[in-house]
Amino acid sequence: MSLAQTQSVALMGLDGHVVGVEVDIADGLPGYALLGLPDAALSESRDRVRSAIVNCGEIWPNRKVTVSLSPAWLPKSGSSFDLGICICLLAAHETVAAEKITEIVFLGELSLDGRIRAIRGVLPALIAASKAGVKTAVVPVDNLKEAQLMQGMEIIPMHHLKQVLRWLRTGERQYEQEIELQWENSDTRLDFADVAGQPDARLAAEIAAVGGHHIMLIGPPGTGKTMIAERIPTIMPALSIEQALEVTAVHSIAGTLMQRSPLSLLAPIVSPHHTTTRVAMVGGGSHVIKPGACSLAHYGVLFIDEAPECGPGVLDSLRQPLESGTITIARSIGNVTFPAQFLLVLAANPCPCGKFTGRGRNCTCTSQQVRRYLGKLSGPLMDRIDLRVQVEPVGRVDMAKPQLGESSAIIRERVIKARAVAAKRFESLGWSLNSQIPARALRTQFQPERTAMNFLHDELDREHITARGLHKIIRTAWSFADLNGNKTPTMDDVTAAHNLRGKIEA
Amino acid sequence: METKNKQQIGAFGEQAVTDFLIKKKFEIVERNWRIREGEIDIIALNASDIFSFIEVKTRSSVAFGHPFEAINRGKARRMQRLALAWLATHGCLGCEYQIDVAAVLVAADGTPVIEYRANLL
Repeated sequence: MSLAQTQSVALMGLDGHVVGVEVDIADGLPGYALLGLPDAALSESRDRVRSAIVNCGEIWPNRKVTVSLSPAWLPKSGSSFDLGICICLLAAHETVAAEKITEIVFLGELSLDGRIRAIRGVLPALIAASKAGVKTAVVPVDNLKEAQLMQGMEIIPMHHLKQVLRWLRTGERQYEQEIELQWENSDTRLDFADVAGQPDARLAAEIAAVGGHHIMLIGPPGTGKTMIAERIPTIMPALSIEQALEVTAVHSIAGTLMQRSPLSLLAPIVSPHHTTTRVAMVGGGSHVIKPGACSLAHYGVLFIDEAPECGPGVLDSLRQPLESGTITIARSIGNVTFPAQFLLVLAANPCPCGKFTGRGRNCTCTSQQVRRYLGKLSGPLMDRIDLRVQVEPVGRVDMAKPQLGESSAIIRERVIKARAVAAKRFESLGWSLNSQIPARALRTQFQPERTAMNFLHDELDREHITARGLHKIIRTAWSFADLNGNKTPTMDDVTAAHNLRGKIEA
Repeated sequence: METKNKQQIGAFGEQAVTDFLIKKKFEIVERNWRIREGEIDIIALNASDIFSFIEVKTRSSVAFGHPFEAINRGKARRMQRLALAWLATHGCLGCEYQIDVAAVLVAADGTPVIEYRANLL
């Protein structure tokens, strides 16, 4: 028989499709045709596969080879089909038993000497294969950690084509040591204890972590805005296993699992530079649609330093994911939806020269420049920022203090406790964070105390706050209440929330 | 067998294929038919009386690739043109015909190994 068939997986965003790999070897002039909408990297598989086969001492059939990846209409990209094509070709050439490979999914890129290289997107690929009923998958050894997250499937890690062939021919397989799933739960490199002073900003960061409120830090250079922002993930609760799997899947597609362990339960933090493009921020690409910074920050923190310096439209492109928690990218090859539930942290100088603080005595900007600077952040975006905090210059009192501030571990304990209270309250309601309470529920079952409510209505009448602002303040107040152990937000909680929102009007 | 030059190797291969074809009940019509556009190595009627135009490629080692690999698309197309030219000049235009390729590998002891692929295009 000169026909063989096996399986691999094509990814479209996070969605995988199991792809049938078929190879036919026919009489005719030597040639190689690859069918099924391959992109450039996939078209090059011919030369990788050929070299790998020859260099492993196998015979390349000098006949007409036709490789078909079905469904043919689905565009396929990348190098992950190499191994499947190679094994299928050898089966069609009758050097491997064809019936053995039909039910197996092969993933991996081949190097010219037959080594199997790591690929992107192993976890989403395996999830798709498992959904399609595949029981066995061969993956590159370097992707094993990630692949083992897939339960209920036989995962066979391989490092060399020769090893795969020996396994298929003799059944003998060098068992790679099974890696025990060891979730990573703490990062000791960053700690809130490093931050000197800044009680307001610390509190705001804690509230942000409790309720998932977006936050903006405004202050002159060198006061610790970046330090604080970078430490917010350290006080956020660990991800659940399901959440961690989602995060790992997104990072797997983006190819960033070198920087972030596939077994990390830490909330991710992504800090794109302010020159970043809209596509880099939300995701995109014409051939392969890749997730952007906002999806890489899923269940974690998206930190944008020097926010007013961002290009026009970059920050506003975040408005839709801020609202829905997902981002749908439409391109000619199809639509792809990535998750994007992140905590937005913006940092900004108060003005172009950065010294407009306190009485602004050292500031060299004109008043118009100052107004324009923060005005670059659009109203609709600022409206979604619940906490706006001034970060003041650190004085000698704070710097000279010998004892450190509260450590991340202590703050995290409090955050976890407060979040548990909120989660219990919202148990049957379909959301879990205070920032997610819908407006209707705020006006009915989740009103603060009467006195506090009167205060807010007065503020509304005086046009100090808007209706939407009122809702935002109540949501923040709930986070204060959870943190302070109050059943409903008290006057103190509401004023604290009001203060954190109201200080800066952009 | 002493070292041969390229023409000798080619002629040796063609003779070997001719012998092979006769054994396979082909009727050899013509050999080395040459016009300005090129040459057809062997023209024969095969067992089912179809004209076969045969290109013979002979090599003494696979160091530079298998003989079949030397036949690329351009060469195949030229074979096609030549076949039609032959049919036209012999008043058989419209006859059924096919293009075959024979690869001859000459082993170290001088015995030819023939691989034959029929009806390529």
